[in-house]
Amino acid sequence: MTRLGGRAGHLVFGAWILLLAATPFIASNYFVKIATFLAMYAALALSWNFIGGYTGYPSFSTAAFFGLGAYSGALMQNAGLWVGFAWIGAALVVSAFAAILGFAILRLRGHYFAIASIALADVLMLIASIWAGVTGGGEGLNVKIMPGGPDFIGRVFLYTMLGIMLAAFVTTVLVDRSALGFGLRCIQQNEDAADMVGVNVTRYKATAFTLSAVFCGAIGAAYASWVAYISPVDSFSILLTLKVPVMVLLGGPGTVLGPVVGSAAFVILEETIWAKYLDYHQAVLGVVIVLLLFFLPGGLLRMLSRRSGR
Amino acid sequence: MSEPLLTVENLSKNFGGVQAVRNVSFELRKDEIVGLIGPNGAGKTTVINLITGVLPASAGRVLFEGREVTGQRPFEAARRGLARTFQIVQPFPAMTVLENVMAGAVFAGAAATRAEAEAVARANLEFAGLLPQADKPAASLTLPSRKRLELAKSLAMKPKVLLLDEVNAGLNTSEIGAALDLIQAIAARGITIIIVEHLMKVVLSLSQRILVLHHGELISSGPSADVVNDPKVIEAYLGSKFAERHRALTQAP
Repeated sequence: MTRLGGRAGHLVFGAWILLLAATPFIASNYFVKIATFLAMYAALALSWNFIGGYTGYPSFSTAAFFGLGAYSGALMQNAGLWVGFAWIGAALVVSAFAAILGFAILRLRGHYFAIASIALADVLMLIASIWAGVTGGGEGLNVKIMPGGPDFIGRVFLYTMLGIMLAAFVTTVLVDRSALGFGLRCIQQNEDAADMVGVNVTRYKATAFTLSAVFCGAIGAAYASWVAYISPVDSFSILLTLKVPVMVLLGGPGTVLGPVVGSAAFVILEETIWAKYLDYHQAVLGVVIVLLLFFLPGGLLRMLSRRSGR
Repeated sequence: MSEPLLTVENLSKNFGGVQAVRNVSFELRKDEIVGLIGPNGAGKTTVINLITGVLPASAGRVLFEGREVTGQRPFEAARRGLARTFQIVQPFPAMTVLENVMAGAVFAGAAATRAEAEAVARANLEFAGLLPQADKPAASLTLPSRKRLELAKSLAMKPKVLLLDEVNAGLNTSEIGAALDLIQAIAARGITIIIVEHLMKVVLSLSQRILVLHHGELISSGPSADVVNDPKVIEAYLGSKFAERHRALTQAP
């Protein structure tokens, strides 16, 4: 089940990446923006999959990592660091944060872990709001606008997000095939039994949590440079924290391609519903999500494999 | 006499005000099969949990191969060669039977490659008579098969000592017979065994030595024949009827 699709899946994924990368040459700026979001959410979903999918820990820390990455990147960039270094720096800051916090909150299981992980984003949002001297407080923070005009900037961020998505995907493939991935699946199935067969569960979980953070940090920083303005409420958005796990569940948790499929389905769904129901699109989206999760418990990928395979 | 493989010194465990295990000391030598018996709640499983690091000891020491391992974590115990089975079986339910056993080979058995892990897993599945079910999900197995899976998984960890916590609970008479043969075959591979068991038939047919726990204390230990005739053991656990029957059986002409 976990190696769903195999070579065919990788070919489809490659074609998808090429299609997204080609949007600036074949479609309007609107589609370039959608393609950028598709890559961004795929990378966020692939990240969450390490802890939520493979390891089975219901993490709601995506917004915490994203927001911390946005602020760290913005501050480094404003301090004069080259943009690329600021993004890498933000990824490192967020990874260190996740590694240290992971050892503390991963002692909790199930609902308790979920609540602790939600609290992370809230605490960081409060800090960003209060520490006005550094973060600009509730007024937010302006980030230097890149030179080069909107078309050029649009492409830079599309390829940046695609690059991060590809890195997250390759990492997923490597983890999936390694002893690390096997150990994480053991933890997801039965943590006590995993411990008893010799899996260092504390270290494995902390590794998964850190992997789920590193790309979110880079994305947050790149996003901050892209929109050139960040505020506490935008950066540590509870909606982002909820959306990303839903995407993975929609596609197929604990699989290599599930997060990519799920995030694509979600973003496309969101865009089309947004266009049709301007006033209450969030409500419609909510109902659709509940129905999808209810009728597709293993995700879209499992449904496809059931049809074609057995 | 050789060095003891496993030494337990004055091991104690308190849960709040309750002393579940009190000053338990014993030694285990290589190639022994030792039975650990006692009434429900005597602390048998707690002793196993203290040895394998599932629970921290309140006092006392555990030495394995001459090194102090008190306070080790379960995964460390597994990697050192102290494997255990659970009274309530603990498979990875959605994984295949083969993957379950491979987990033991990869994480504790130090298999270097996936192919090596798979070879070790298949050999142990064959040993446990589970090879035909290798590709089924673990959750689809019957209880006796799950117990065998538990054994195969432990064996793939290449243990020096195997702690069997009621591997026969819930099995019927013919299934127990098969399980007994399997345990004897494991011992023949040079693995030292502690077996926690309620069924005296199993304990007596397997163990050379028996330890008896009662209210967390070791009330008797020694060769099986001596222990079953110990008045303290008869009073606490076996009951006078068992003692009479056992005496009649062993002294019959």
